[in-house]
Amino acid sequence: MFDFLVSFIPRAVVQGIPLLYGSTGEIVTEKSGNLNLGIPGVMYVGGICGVIGSFLYERSLADPSQMNAALGILIPLLCCLLGSLLMGLLYCFLTVTLRANQNVTGLAMTTFGVGVGNFFGGSLIKLTGADVPSIALSATSNLYRTRLPFAAGLGWFGQVFLSYGFLAYAAIIIAVLVSYVLNHTRMGLQLRAVGEDPATADAAGINITRYKFIATCAGCMIAGLGGLYYVMDYANGVWSNDAFGDRGWLAIALVIFTIWRPNVSIGASILFGGLYILYLFIPTGKDLAVKELYKMLPYVVTIVVLVFSSLRNKRENQPPESLGLPYFREER
Amino acid sequence: MIHIVKRKEMPFAHAMAIRFGVIGLALIVCGIVTMLTTGLSPIDVYGTMVSGAFGTMRKTWILLQETAILLCVSLALVPAFRMKFWNLGGEGQILIGAFAAAACMITLGNSLPAPVLILVMLATSLLAGGVWALIPAFFKARWNTNETLFTLMMNYVATQLVAYFVIVWEVPKGSGNIGIINQSSEAGWLPTLMHNKYLLIVLVAIALTVAMYVYLNYGKQGYEIAVVGESPNTARYVGIKVNRVIMRTLVISGALCGLVGFLLVAGSAHTLTTSLAGGRGFTAVMVAWLAKFNPFIMVGSSMLLEFMSSGAGEISTIYGLNHSFGDILTGIILFFIIGTEFFITYKVVFSKKGAEQHV
Amino acid sequence: MEATQPAVRLRNISKSFGQVQANTDVSLDINRGEVLALLGENGSGKTTLMNMLSGIYFPDSGTIEIDGKPVVIGSPKDAFDYGIGMIHQHFKLVNVFTATENIVLGLKEPGKLDLDAAAEKVKQICDLYGFDVDPHQKVYDMSVSQKQTVEIVKLLYRGAEILILDEPTAVLTPQETEKLFAVLRNMRDDGKAVIIITHKLNEVKDISDRVVVLRKGSYVGELVTADATTQEMTNMMVGRQVSLNIDRPDPEMKYRMERISVKNLTVKNREGITKLDDVSFSIFTGEILGIAGISGSGQKELLEAIAGLQPVENGSIEYHVDDETTEQLIGMDPLKIAGMGVVLSFVPEDRLGMGLVGSMDITDNMMLRSFRNGPLPFTDRSEPRHLAELVVDELDVNTPGVATPVRRLSGGNVQKVLVGREIAAAPTVLLSAYAVRGLDVNSSYVIYDLLNRQKGNGVAVVYVGEDLDVLLELCDRILVLCGGKVSGIVDGRTTTKNEVGLMMTRLGGGEVA
Repeated sequence: MFDFLVSFIPRAVVQGIPLLYGSTGEIVTEKSGNLNLGIPGVMYVGGICGVIGSFLYERSLADPSQMNAALGILIPLLCCLLGSLLMGLLYCFLTVTLRANQNVTGLAMTTFGVGVGNFFGGSLIKLTGADVPSIALSATSNLYRTRLPFAAGLGWFGQVFLSYGFLAYAAIIIAVLVSYVLNHTRMGLQLRAVGEDPATADAAGINITRYKFIATCAGCMIAGLGGLYYVMDYANGVWSNDAFGDRGWLAIALVIFTIWRPNVSIGASILFGGLYILYLFIPTGKDLAVKELYKMLPYVVTIVVLVFSSLRNKRENQPPESLGLPYFREER
Repeated sequence: MIHIVKRKEMPFAHAMAIRFGVIGLALIVCGIVTMLTTGLSPIDVYGTMVSGAFGTMRKTWILLQETAILLCVSLALVPAFRMKFWNLGGEGQILIGAFAAAACMITLGNSLPAPVLILVMLATSLLAGGVWALIPAFFKARWNTNETLFTLMMNYVATQLVAYFVIVWEVPKGSGNIGIINQSSEAGWLPTLMHNKYLLIVLVAIALTVAMYVYLNYGKQGYEIAVVGESPNTARYVGIKVNRVIMRTLVISGALCGLVGFLLVAGSAHTLTTSLAGGRGFTAVMVAWLAKFNPFIMVGSSMLLEFMSSGAGEISTIYGLNHSFGDILTGIILFFIIGTEFFITYKVVFSKKGAEQHV
Repeated sequence: MEATQPAVRLRNISKSFGQVQANTDVSLDINRGEVLALLGENGSGKTTLMNMLSGIYFPDSGTIEIDGKPVVIGSPKDAFDYGIGMIHQHFKLVNVFTATENIVLGLKEPGKLDLDAAAEKVKQICDLYGFDVDPHQKVYDMSVSQKQTVEIVKLLYRGAEILILDEPTAVLTPQETEKLFAVLRNMRDDGKAVIIITHKLNEVKDISDRVVVLRKGSYVGELVTADATTQEMTNMMVGRQVSLNIDRPDPEMKYRMERISVKNLTVKNREGITKLDDVSFSIFTGEILGIAGISGSGQKELLEAIAGLQPVENGSIEYHVDDETTEQLIGMDPLKIAGMGVVLSFVPEDRLGMGLVGSMDITDNMMLRSFRNGPLPFTDRSEPRHLAELVVDELDVNTPGVATPVRRLSGGNVQKVLVGREIAAAPTVLLSAYAVRGLDVNSSYVIYDLLNRQKGNGVAVVYVGEDLDVLLELCDRILVLCGGKVSGIVDGRTTTKNEVGLMMTRLGGGEVA
């Protein structure tokens, strides 16, 4: 059992980290009253922008393995943040400035974002006229996958707690930080007021538009990092189309599962990550078909949680009251 | 300073003119994006797109069929949307309908005469789609469970269910595919009308469009849907059983998605894969919304989106680019149209008073 | 007080919204250490004028001076900076926040957010003026009067010197009103300027030092309250000699019969909280039974239970068809209850929402009850259109046509459409709640008239109202609810406002033993 956990937990964690980024980003967004169903698209864009940045940088070097470590990390990171930021700005411009329907805008962003990811993932080599067979950014990936040097020597402890790249720890730090900001700072209080009751926040002199823009864009940038982590760390720098799959939707489901609490999301993401790969650990013999049924687990669990959270009536556990609704001062 | 005021009400023709203008603008932007990525001249871009969509008789028919299928999905979703029930589960409902049809073909293919088999397939597909939508509807009606996420999750449950049966039924073993079902006997295949294998689906779509329009605008149930969507409290006050309307409407919505699954399996694909629905459940949400939930306008919006995707497909094929290019162009068009609604509902007044005005 | 500068000086303020002129050339002064009443009918521009002072609207022309200096107030924030705070009719509070969180919301104090220190400061303010607020209580747990208190503390916390209250007593019991007025007097004595917007004359007499009257957006005049009579103020407000009396014809005693008898009715809401507790009473034909109570005392649940819209824990509701036949309404389908002639018209706070669909036109709203008629699965709009035209015609609904969406009509017209439809159904029992909510005096009288006509036709009318004065003048009997229990049933002709007020707050009324 212990050996099982030691091998299972690290794999659950690496599955959970993209979900944690996605759900933290979506929580920040939803706290401002925006329901961003474009998060799956944003995560694709975050991932592919990192890939593009890294691809161009690696190609500009004679020997990618000799690259400058700081640049090798910063370039993809900044590209990822920039791409996700642009997606966030687009969403805000449409839903906040132009008051468009949030669901439709979000779905369009997902179509667009997944399209961008797969298009550039599939055509980057042709577009740049490169002579490599596939996108495999092993040099960059090695930087992102750098572990603490002494972790390997610490046995099971090192394997369970210290065997991850820096983005994994960043995800946890960001979640804790967001949690603190939301609950213990003036900014957090005001952001929550915007999502709960924008008319009241407006009357209190809070700039609704600014808060919605900042929260949504910050949320998109956090979510985008999930895409970056996925390609650079989890997938060893290899982009393959549609590989990221439906993790974006799971991240949105996690928001409800954690009742809008990023600190709860740390554990919940790892749990979902575990459910996501549980089928690999359940002995099914030769019956491959049953594995497909086990893959249902995260979705079924989400549905069950969704139902249970609608059963309990505690006011604090409900979604932000104005979630999904555009706000504008009433005109007479 | 900029001041935003609500318009009185724009004449319908005027609003449509603006929408068409914006679609034109979006097409120009799409052309520019294509030009930048492929180096094509703008005229070639549109030429290629048109020839990709209408180049040959066959291409035109395929476009019509694809439009018809997308339109059917949108028509299936529209009653739910009119009720402000965000059914994002079209994908799963189509898939489960397709699964039901395929299951009948595989298990009953040799034991029932062809017309009976098709009727049985149709019935089980409608039933399966209806049940799949009823589950989230029941919880929405009973405990106000968030339907957006529930229906979304049901998509993946359906996908995994189909994935399971694809392996159970795979031919040959280990291939991971079912292959063409009943290839020799053609049991459960829809007949071709007038030697045209696309015509039947197109006719179904036309009939469904008219039926849905009448149902929503002149039917008692359509009226109930509108009241429940606009104001559940009012509905309750005048004795409409809100819960029942929610569940009934979603059964209809899901059953029609199931019908699309049936059409896909029996009419065109003759097989079952997890990607059979092909994202139509999501695209249809946008088709319906762009048309302001009007079935007749949805004919146009579904045609537009299918045209874009087949045109972009043609460009990608010729230039050896990835086929997701179509999604990018579709996204651009959607963003433009989504943004336009603002200018139809509101007008922006630029006032010279500066600091005196506030928005 | 005489020699000092006025705190606020409004000069020639005008404001229009499109075609509607809301304020025309209004000038007035507001002094420190004084309670000023701004009196006027609904639609007379009182709220609009004060909204310009609090930064919600911006005047088209005119000037505002604070302490003698001309200022520009472009946003609520500007108003705060000048020490002006306004309490709106709809409270601006975040439900899931505590009192303290709401109070500090939007403040730009330096340093870390320290809720404990803020709570301490809130307590100090409360002690100074005599408020009763728990700084850590969540707003959703508060009564209306507690929420109002939080609003006032919020303004004081921000150092407001000029406080504007928009119809603050509309939602309070007479006793709560007294408490509020005591606090306002404390604030006045502390040197603050207090403005209360109201159309209730007795309150003007009770609290204000000076009264300014507005009519149709214009300044009519001002009076020193101590020297003015109620009739004088009414004449200024309405512009002509009016009688304040509402007709109350005597019930036709010879046809009088018991129509509905409610026995031991107990109702719990979804959260399992008891909203009605062992309620028993009767409704007679040809009378108006008033229901009084603090908002949320079970009025809504009572009407909904009779109409079959509310699950019932215990008790019985009997409908007497005639002297022999009696039907049990509990458990009956709401449609069947409506079919028997029991109709419910409930005007919620947003005026639409219960009974009307805002985006549909008048015709489509008319068929809300009748759309099921006919054997076909399709609706027939000719009958409803006819009814719509009739209602528009008879009740003088101001609309471009029957194809106009209801949302575009003004409040009074919306209510006429609603009440008109319910009356057209030829009811035997008319349950009406807040039928005059937000209406001006004239429109209200049209509605009272409609109710009285139904009463004359032998309909059993139930009238749930907020305004005690109206209840006392319109109703034959008044049932007073207190916390879901029947506090008493009194004769509308003989009872007093004080008696009903006491019964609203304490079972059976009476003084504290």
